[in-house]
Amino acid sequence: MTAHARETVPDPGAAAARATEAILHDTLHGTHRGVVVDSPPGAGKSTLVVRAALELAEAGRPLMVVAQTNAQVDDLVLRLAEKNPELPVGRLHSSDTDAYDKALDELPQVRTSAKAGDLAGLGVVLSTAAKWAHVKTDEPWRHAIVDEAYQMRSDALLAVAGLFERALFVGDPGQLDPFSIVGGEQWAGLSYDPSASAVTTLLAHNPQLPQHRLPVSWRLPASAAPLVSDAFYPYTRFRSGTDHGDRRLVFAVPSDGSGPDRVVDEAAVSGWGLLELPARHTPRTDPEAVRAVAAVVGRLLERGGAATSERSPDPVPLTADRIAVGTAHRDQAAAVRAALAERGVRDVTVDTANRLQGREFDVTVVLHPLSGRPDATAFHLETGRLCVLASRHRHACIVVCRAGVGDLLDDHPSTEPVQLGVTVKFPDGWEANHAVLAHLREHRVSWAP
Amino acid sequence: MSLITTLGRLEAVRAGHAQPAATVRHRRLSDRPLVLVPLTTAGETGAPLGALVGTDRAAPRLLAVPQPRDRDLRFAFLAELADVVLPYIDGYAESVEAAERTETDPETGKRVKVEVELCAEAPQLIVPSRAGIDLVRLLGRSMRFRRTAEQDPEAPHPAPPRVPLLGRWLTHFGERARVPGSSLLTALSELLARHWTTGQSGLEDQHLGALLAWIDPPEGVPGAEAALRAELARDADGQLLCPPAGPATDPAFDNRLLAPAVERYDRARTALAAAEDGLEADDRLGALTAAEREIRALVESRTRPTWDAVWHGIDLLRTLPEGAHVEERWTRDRWSFTGHRDRVLAGEPPQPRRDDAVTAANKLAAREREQARLDAQEALDDPLVMAGRRLAGEAFAGEVTDVVLAYTEGRRPSPRPLVTVRTDDRPHLGERARVHRSLDGRPQSAEFAGYAPDEGAGDGEGALVVLRIMDKMGRGREPEAGSVPEKGDRVCFTLFEHEQRGGAKLPDAERTPWTHGGPPGGSDAPEPADPVTEEDVL
Repeated sequence: MTAHARETVPDPGAAAARATEAILHDTLHGTHRGVVVDSPPGAGKSTLVVRAALELAEAGRPLMVVAQTNAQVDDLVLRLAEKNPELPVGRLHSSDTDAYDKALDELPQVRTSAKAGDLAGLGVVLSTAAKWAHVKTDEPWRHAIVDEAYQMRSDALLAVAGLFERALFVGDPGQLDPFSIVGGEQWAGLSYDPSASAVTTLLAHNPQLPQHRLPVSWRLPASAAPLVSDAFYPYTRFRSGTDHGDRRLVFAVPSDGSGPDRVVDEAAVSGWGLLELPARHTPRTDPEAVRAVAAVVGRLLERGGAATSERSPDPVPLTADRIAVGTAHRDQAAAVRAALAERGVRDVTVDTANRLQGREFDVTVVLHPLSGRPDATAFHLETGRLCVLASRHRHACIVVCRAGVGDLLDDHPSTEPVQLGVTVKFPDGWEANHAVLAHLREHRVSWAP
Repeated sequence: MSLITTLGRLEAVRAGHAQPAATVRHRRLSDRPLVLVPLTTAGETGAPLGALVGTDRAAPRLLAVPQPRDRDLRFAFLAELADVVLPYIDGYAESVEAAERTETDPETGKRVKVEVELCAEAPQLIVPSRAGIDLVRLLGRSMRFRRTAEQDPEAPHPAPPRVPLLGRWLTHFGERARVPGSSLLTALSELLARHWTTGQSGLEDQHLGALLAWIDPPEGVPGAEAALRAELARDADGQLLCPPAGPATDPAFDNRLLAPAVERYDRARTALAAAEDGLEADDRLGALTAAEREIRALVESRTRPTWDAVWHGIDLLRTLPEGAHVEERWTRDRWSFTGHRDRVLAGEPPQPRRDDAVTAANKLAAREREQARLDAQEALDDPLVMAGRRLAGEAFAGEVTDVVLAYTEGRRPSPRPLVTVRTDDRPHLGERARVHRSLDGRPQSAEFAGYAPDEGAGDGEGALVVLRIMDKMGRGREPEAGSVPEKGDRVCFTLFEHEQRGGAKLPDAERTPWTHGGPPGGSDAPEPADPVTEEDVL
């Protein structure tokens, strides 16, 4: 029986390794000009990018790496340097001040420059899509790796695609789609709609390209992977790399019985917690909800949390830098920061979903995008926003929300016009929101502050 | 909806009339705009029923299509429209001034200055509503691929001369209207809603009558009541007292007045065709003319109130002085107009049905740039708009309380003065955030260095923001006079940039990469007109 189970469900490490081998084989030896890799949250995307970069460099193929933000580029450079200190790496940067992480200056094998010409001949050159767009070359790179390709806009790919012959596109289809500050409806349905994602355009024109998928999330705990997979990736399921019991979160100080403490305990045990405040229509920076978020964060730190995981046998203290607060809007993030400062809490990351993309923490506290709202707009219903907020944690996620979001959802079904030629994205935000809400209800702590 | 808009709406409700949303006019209003109030027929997309059009508010030209499904009558309408619109456009095409433009030399590939013509003024089309802009675009789309008998003697339904040209111009106007801040083609209801905040929802603001009722209610009537009346009040025959600004008409009008009139017209026409002798034909022609006149009167009765409302709105907008950056944006409208004039003169084919990948990406990038530029310029031109940005934490104003000269380290120290600003605003300043202020129209940037401890302030609201001024202080060791704020100065810094950088140049269309389908194929032959379907010839 056990043997049979093992046959059908290989251990996650083996499944992930097999997927990686297939991806690297197609990248290095395949005949197609492009390879697409879908990676769910925390599935080892960066590890894959670094490994592919090293193997391509080893094979002597000049490689350019395109990422979307300077932080992502710097992170990749550091990882590459760590894995192979011998490999000469170029970091192409903009001419702004503080264009790149000063830590790169200490690495002898990394050359930084604002001119692509200075970096000619280096095995790997990395930069942002925005910077690459200004590069002119007569001789294209043999290979490129495009990181966070689902967050890259089609027009950004258009600007850089002439620089390389073949490319590996890696990204997470479940996160936030790229956006534009002006309407692009007139191009909706065109295969090369400039406001669509780079991968959408790429696959519309090259449907034969091999598409791979990383099957295991190493970040999300066993309590979170099924929910995130069901709610946001119903057709491309993934699972957790760890099992129930592999990770534990305990607190030295017992609960004082308050709402924040009860929800912290619930989340420590089950991986999820919903702190539900009384129903009310509020401004975006709902003072009560903001204070509740700050209270939860404060108690997480005050109660001396310790996290045990597969990474180390000994419990690691839950410190401020391992906690993040996620919001939908920047003013909400600013309000939470102010509330935390008032409590004397420092070094907790507080940001919007857009800026939390790609980051990882032990515990996240989320101010629900629909909390206190009188309506549910497309922005607040966007699948990717909730997906990002619900998939940043290794141990637990605590959501703070006003009651009544379920009814709000029922009052506001998605009403976006259907555009001809545009693939309808499933699941839509409405469906995903309901799925997450239904799950959170089982971990609800009602609290009137 | 921004916080200041919400406040404005609440105040409008309390005051009973709209509140200003701007202290200056943020769009160009031509001295001689061409106003177009079109109507369409229900049941068929973009089938014109009639229009009032012209530049003289006292003497609009009335155009009507007595049987909107008749293609010949529709062409006659479009030809008449071309007779009004094209001479108006041509009137602006001839007066030019010399200007310079940077172009890429095709031989050397270098950027060189070229002497070119720039039209001294540009035409301006004003329609009542956003739906009117969509109709202009749709009419342009339906006309520009048509072939005249002269262009193509074989064409089964040749278009009257100049109709395809009108289509190209309307397409250009419609496309330009998508550029944020442009004024070549504007919807009056959007102009008004930009400058006043009413006590109703944004959706309700699309009703021109209701919008004007809030902005300029009749003496002694609260805005809400006047708006409700404009939306709903009907006469004894069940007709709206304030007909919708169109292009769609009220169903009650369609059913009770228009449909019977069109039916009478159809009967008269059939009767005329069946006339057996000249005398009978004369009589029946008279009946047909009477039926046509009746429809023209109906069209006028529904368009004239809107026509007057549009001019009333223009008067209201003209009371506001023009914003400082409006001229600059209007100049880009003039470039756009001149460019299209040149393409028409050069005999280029009409705009393609669909943009290719490179064109679409270029347009999107240009519009994003214009949107960011517009947002910044409106705030700089107008303290009320800036107040909205300050309320949103995107800018802050205050008084300079302290200035300390500091310098960069290095062989040639440059000034980096630390300026402390007391502000009651609550800007979202991140660590080392860049902020900008306007220094004689040029942006000066500074870096957020932290908050200074606030001694003696008891109100708890204000904050002391310390900024490090970074540039625009000259080349010397000491900052140039006037380039650093002094103690006691009122300053306003924004978190957004004042000027937009140009984006990267995209590849030429012939070099579209494989990821985007490669270069667009296709021949140089002009795109054919839409095939005629059965529905087209009822």
